[in-house]
Amino acid sequence: MADSGETGGPVKKDGIQQAKTEGKELTKEEKQRLRKEKKQQKKSKEKKDEKASQESEKEKKPVSSASPASQPPTQPITPKAPSAVPTLVPVPASETPAPADKPAKSKAEMKAERRARQEAERASKQGKKGEVGQQAAPGKPKAPPSELQPVVKRLPEHVQVDNPEVLKKLAKKLERQQTPEYNAATKVKIPLRSDYGYKVSLFSHLHQYSRKAPLTQQLSIPSTVIHPAIVRLGLQYSQGIVAGSNARSVALLHAFKQVIRDYTTPPNEELSRDLVNKLKPYISFLNQCRPLSASMGNAIKYIKKEISNIPSQCKEEEAKSKLLNCIDRYIDEKINLAAKAIAKSSIEKISDGDVILVYGCSSLVNHILCEAFEKNRKFRVIVVDSRPRLEGREALRRLVQRGISCTYVLISAVSYILPEVSKVFLGAHALLANGYVMSRVGTSQIALVAKAFNVPVLVCCETYKFCERVQTDSFVSNELDDPDDLIVTRKGKTQLEHWQEVPSLGLLNLVYDVTPPDFVDLVITDLGMIPCTSVPVVLRVKNVDQ
Amino acid sequence: MKLVEYFRAQMMKDPDMASAVAAIRTLLEFLKRDKGETILGLRESLTWATDCLTGVDSSVAVSSGGELFLRFISLTSLEHQDLSRCKKVMEERGELFLEKISMSRTKVAKLCHTFIKDGAKILTHSYSRVVLRVMEKAAAEKKRFSVYVTESQPDSAGRQMAEALRKLNVPVTVVLDAAVGYVLEKVDLVIVGAEGVVESGGIINKIGTYQMALCSKAHNKPFYVVAESFKFVRLYPLNQQDVPDKFKYKADTLKTVQNLSEEHPMIDYTPPSLITLLFTDLGVLTPSAVSDELIKLYL
Repeated sequence: MADSGETGGPVKKDGIQQAKTEGKELTKEEKQRLRKEKKQQKKSKEKKDEKASQESEKEKKPVSSASPASQPPTQPITPKAPSAVPTLVPVPASETPAPADKPAKSKAEMKAERRARQEAERASKQGKKGEVGQQAAPGKPKAPPSELQPVVKRLPEHVQVDNPEVLKKLAKKLERQQTPEYNAATKVKIPLRSDYGYKVSLFSHLHQYSRKAPLTQQLSIPSTVIHPAIVRLGLQYSQGIVAGSNARSVALLHAFKQVIRDYTTPPNEELSRDLVNKLKPYISFLNQCRPLSASMGNAIKYIKKEISNIPSQCKEEEAKSKLLNCIDRYIDEKINLAAKAIAKSSIEKISDGDVILVYGCSSLVNHILCEAFEKNRKFRVIVVDSRPRLEGREALRRLVQRGISCTYVLISAVSYILPEVSKVFLGAHALLANGYVMSRVGTSQIALVAKAFNVPVLVCCETYKFCERVQTDSFVSNELDDPDDLIVTRKGKTQLEHWQEVPSLGLLNLVYDVTPPDFVDLVITDLGMIPCTSVPVVLRVKNVDQ
Repeated sequence: MKLVEYFRAQMMKDPDMASAVAAIRTLLEFLKRDKGETILGLRESLTWATDCLTGVDSSVAVSSGGELFLRFISLTSLEHQDLSRCKKVMEERGELFLEKISMSRTKVAKLCHTFIKDGAKILTHSYSRVVLRVMEKAAAEKKRFSVYVTESQPDSAGRQMAEALRKLNVPVTVVLDAAVGYVLEKVDLVIVGAEGVVESGGIINKIGTYQMALCSKAHNKPFYVVAESFKFVRLYPLNQQDVPDKFKYKADTLKTVQNLSEEHPMIDYTPPSLITLLFTDLGVLTPSAVSDELIKLYL
């Protein structure tokens, strides 16, 4: 018998549930009551969830402290093993708490999913305001909630340029990123750089900036907010003076070193939190000058982690020198020493009489070839180049200076010259988590033709360029360069001079493209030679390491 | 040299044992008899011993087995003050390693025999003791299947395999190496052994395997490889030419012959794109998972 007429909470609830099961429409009051009850249930379950994640954190901390203990004994015994030795014991241990939580949650799965989605949104909003000590337990506390329920992921904001709401949100966010001035009335904001020219519709979600007018004329850069070293760096990026993945990362790290040297902690603030907040407007500014590369992203993550790991009792001078040392060590280990290790492995793959094809100008590939030449390997190089950047000329100059015999072709002649080639060496901008190689536009074309001719393709990449992103095509996330670069003047005539006036004409100047792993035979990293499909293994090993 | 004699004696004692297992037994014996003073000296002498053994039997498995043995025994905490205590620990681990790999063939057979269905026609190449063990297990499970074996010149090892299979009452046909393409349309699956499994997930095996893999890919027939885990080696050949000479030819050929380009290689390299699955004592792996396992084994 339906008791829906009586008052009293639990009985009312029965009535509502009965009404539901009978398929009747709930009255307004009943619906409101239901909503309130759901909210209360959510709150109580949130608390339980936090406790559960704290417990799993504690479980993981003793495991992660066990792994550094087992590392030192193995190091003296295996002197040849690379310094990033993973002990894979923590990984299986960390996976066991997650399934243990599952049976407990199987009851209210739908509610939990909704709650997880809301929490993820809240966490991403909080994350932008300043990630503090919670980052100290790297990534692992985030693992249990996401392993339990699927979390809805959103596209990053910079890849939604054609969505006006997202642009408004971005502009507001830039306004909020201001240094806490004593006079709060002077609200300084970082300006948004405006797009230039007609964008091809497939790529309208990306930014397209012009290089003709220098940046300082386009934007009014508030000098009190942005450190002059960063302004200089931004200008260098936007004009293309500093180009190339390694060069950009190293320049970024040096600029950050300058920032840290000039930094003083304001009163009543902690260095670890304030410095991270100071860095945010710099990063947004640099993003406006030229979109950040994957290697720069990883470097920034590392710096932020190091800064937030500084204990609050540390004196300012000590903390600053510690940070400067960290940055120096990062550059040394991840870039310089990695280049040496990669050169050593690659020399084994270069035999006498080889004809090696390279594309564009990769600092790492040039280093490898110069080292091999010094070790008296007899080979010759074919440099392939493409418009509009014509970076191959720089590579050609460097190799010829060392005395290596080179041939220079444009990319349209690749299928003509490939029968002569014995190996192809390519550099990479980033290696994605599904094994795809992101590199200068034209790389995937060369890999494709090489595969058709059965020529082995070797990609050389340091591990700090490995990123967790997954991409299967070159459209979803790319960079659009200045379209005016495509205009060429020949015999005094510039055909495309007035391209903006032709309504149906668009100029597309892409910077990157992705190569699928089936075209790549071998990836040479500082951890050794791995097949392209093993990139997620390295990422997993690196996460365990940290 | 006492080392080489012991190795040969081990090989003769049990012809069914893999040469790598005999090599590891020899190394263990060497470790027990070694009178070195330091751990570093011990490792160096073990490396030297492995090189000696590769000089006798130049198969890939001997060098990979030796290297893995060395890494396995030194992968423990060797912080004891007393050298003899350290040696004891190493010897115990050596015995453990030997025990584990003696069981490996049985494990592989247990995994693989389920893929042989009743009424299947199998193609295999040359003489492989692991493949033989798999077929023994399948026959023991009362499955009816027939086998085509290639003759596998220049040493006609395929005929040896055919003899062994006839003893198991399995109907077997010996075919010429050149008849692989002809026979493949009748066959349901191809199973081969391996002398070495390389980092890319490809295999190094008796010459003629690459051809067989290429033909089975063209016919869309599954190409299975059975190998024990001690055959995993830290090589990464890009093509046939990239395989080091010391594995391509027999050990005595390397020592006596001046001009190697006139000699015919005994092994070839099959790239991972042609292999469907690898059956090892670590489980059933796809070629891309081999690199994962190698990272775990070697790091």
